[in-house]
This record gives sequence, C-alpha cells and structure tokens, in this order.
Amino acid sequence: MCLAYPGKVIAIEGDFARVDFGEGTIRDGVNVSLVAAQIGNYVLVHAGYAIQLVNQAEALKTLKYWREILESLPGDRASYEREVRGGLT
Amino acid sequence: MHVCGSHEWTITHFGIRTLLPLNVEVRAGPGCPVCVTPAADIDSVTRLSLQGKTILTYGDMSRAKGSDMSLFEAKAAGGEVQVVYSVHDAVQIAESNPQREFVFFAVGFETTAPPTAYEIIKGPPRNLTFLVSYRYVPPAVGVVASSPELAVDGFINAGHAATITGMKAYQPYFEKTPKPMAFAGFEPIDILISVTMLLKQIVDNEPKMENEYTRAVTWEGNVRAQETMDKVFERVDGYWRGVATIPESGFRIREEFVDSDARVRYGLKETPGAEQFVPEARCGEVILGKIDPPECPLYMKACTPASPKGPTMVSAEGTCKIWAEHKVLAAMRCRT
Repeated sequence: MCLAYPGKVIAIEGDFARVDFGEGTIRDGVNVSLVAAQIGNYVLVHAGYAIQLVNQAEALKTLKYWREILESLPGDRASYEREVRGGLT
Repeated sequence: MHVCGSHEWTITHFGIRTLLPLNVEVRAGPGCPVCVTPAADIDSVTRLSLQGKTILTYGDMSRAKGSDMSLFEAKAAGGEVQVVYSVHDAVQIAESNPQREFVFFAVGFETTAPPTAYEIIKGPPRNLTFLVSYRYVPPAVGVVASSPELAVDGFINAGHAATITGMKAYQPYFEKTPKPMAFAGFEPIDILISVTMLLKQIVDNEPKMENEYTRAVTWEGNVRAQETMDKVFERVDGYWRGVATIPESGFRIREEFVDSDARVRYGLKETPGAEQFVPEARCGEVILGKIDPPECPLYMKACTPASPKGPTMVSAEGTCKIWAEHKVLAAMRCRT
C-alpha cells in the first residue's frame, strides 16, 4: 500500500506532471499538488500522487555506500552492478 | 522489528534474514494496511455493494474477508465493486457516471490519506462518498514499543509513511519508551544500513531516532501533505484488526466535509472490537509479529495465496503472502 517509486518531473501543467520513471516508463497525470515540485526534480510517486521530493545529494550518498560495499566484495563486480542496474529507488 | 509490508517484501525477497548473524532477528510488525482494516468496515462496504452502491477500492482490499465475505465475494453475489489505482480514478469514474452512487473504501496509512484529503477539499461529485478506514502508524509503533511481551529491541520505521509525517511524529512515543529507531528506505542496502544503525545503538546503549532514508525522510516531513490531511481528518481511536484499539491512530472526516462521509450518508454504525479471523487462524499473532507464518496451523495447508483464509495471506504486504510466494516454509526466529 505504501509503495512509492521515484521519477523525474519532465513537465508540469497545473496540479499534474509528466514523470519519467526511467527505462522507457513515462506517466502523465501524476498529481504534484502535495509537493513543491519543479521540472527536473525527482519525486516519490505513490498511487498517482507525488508524496515527497527526493533529495538527490542524499541519494548519491547512499549510492556511494553501496559502491563501497561492492568494492569490498570478492568476485565479479560487474555482475553485482548489473543486479542493481537502475540504481536506487 | 519493522512495521511495513514493503520492508517485509525486500527482506524476504533478498534473503536478508539469512545474511544476518544468528542472534539478530528481524520480525514483521503491523505494517500491512489491508491486514489491519477492521472486519466491521469490510462488512459495511460489502453490505453497501449488495444494496447497489458501487464500491471503489484497491485490488488487495477487495479480496480480504470481513466477518462473512470479501468485496469480490460480494461482487460474485451481485454486488458492485470496481478496483482503482488511485483516489483520482475514483473521482473520475464517479464524474462520468452521475446516475450511480459510489463509495471509495479509503484504506491505508498516512502515505495514502493526503491524496484523499486533497480530493475531498477539491470537492468530489455528490454521488461519491468516502468510507475512511485509514490508520496512523506512529501511535502503533508506540504501542508495540511498550509491549513487554513483544520485547522489541529496535524499530526499522516505515520510510514512506515517514516521508509524510516526518520523524517528529514519532518523538512523543520515542520519549515515552526510548527504543532504537532507524527510518529506512526500501532497497536491500537500506535495510542492511538500518540494521547496522540499530545494532550500534543497542550495543552502545544509546537509543535514538536515526534517519537512514535521508533522500526522502526529513524531521518535519511533508508539511503541505500534513496540512491537507489535518484539514479534512481528525485523529480518533482506531481499531487495528487483530491488534487493539489504539488511541489517535484512526481518521474521521471533519464536520466541515461531512457530505463526503459515507458513514454519515448511509448511517453506518461503528462496531469496533469484534475479532473475526477464521477458527484456528493465527493472523492476529502474525500481524503483531508474535509468531512467524509457518507457526500458524493453516499456513500453506488450508490457507494459500490461491485460497487465502485470512488477510495476511491476501495482501501483497501481508507477511503470510510474502513468505508463501517466496516458499518460506519454516519459522526464522533465533529465539522464542
């Protein structure tokens, strides 16, 4: 029920935005009235409504921890990277 | 303990319990909205659907049984039920069918409540009312934290619910019963980092409210969403199916928006407290994290995802359903 996916706002008209969820998935009609979203922002979308802006700097920090863990693992790093293709959600 | 069905999915799907040391156990707490929706409310909507009102709700909710039947079973018996993706869909469906009466069965946590509040403020069509059965997570965490029987050492708090409320909503409960907390995201790495945070707090004997999901959770939360939610709903006692009635954990539509309240329009009586799981089913204990699903005598025998007997086997966020889909057939606790 509390599933939410991050996506990038690529257009806004009134209360609604077009959001790019990556890998070819673009959705129109995402309601952004509950957040102060601007074009280029990443938003967390839950059941058709953006519920929060994603803080990109913090997301990159978490990705950095992830890479550090990958680097400390033995074996083929590329296969781990494939596993997490698409990055953090 | 975590309190979110999506966390349970990540933990089970990525086998995180098997990665942890044997003396570290992650239990699933009351984090499945469909599972804790009172049977009395499901009974109300099934009755309304059989009286010719069209019930609009999310897919999982339509399969959970009340004391007698689920919405889908009501549909099979001639009732009107339609599954929607969002409350906005409900508004559009009602607008394009002005001759029919619709009731949106509004279930979920504070993550889902603000969009409904937004639509109620905007002024939904007259032929659409809302049966609000939302639940507010922070008081439930408070109840679980103070339970000597559950003896939880720390909480992985629900990241998306907390994007709305902010960490501050948990502060009163943390102050009352200071147990380690980590507000966590939904990637496997998020869970691992939050478990590390909790272990460190436990080892140092320094419980605090720590934020792992910094990319989405803040101390203040989404103030605009909170204001929208508070404008429409007042916080009341809420019954959590299988758990308890928890003060301040339910939502009621305020007087100002009473025209949108299905409970008022159809004179629905509240009958909380009734416990209606099928005999022998231990759903209530699974919801509270007292037992693992395989400890229930019905799990994967009489009760399967194809033929669920209780709400925890119905919802995609129910612990039984998640474990069943991952073929987890034995309990995974390291202590009893």
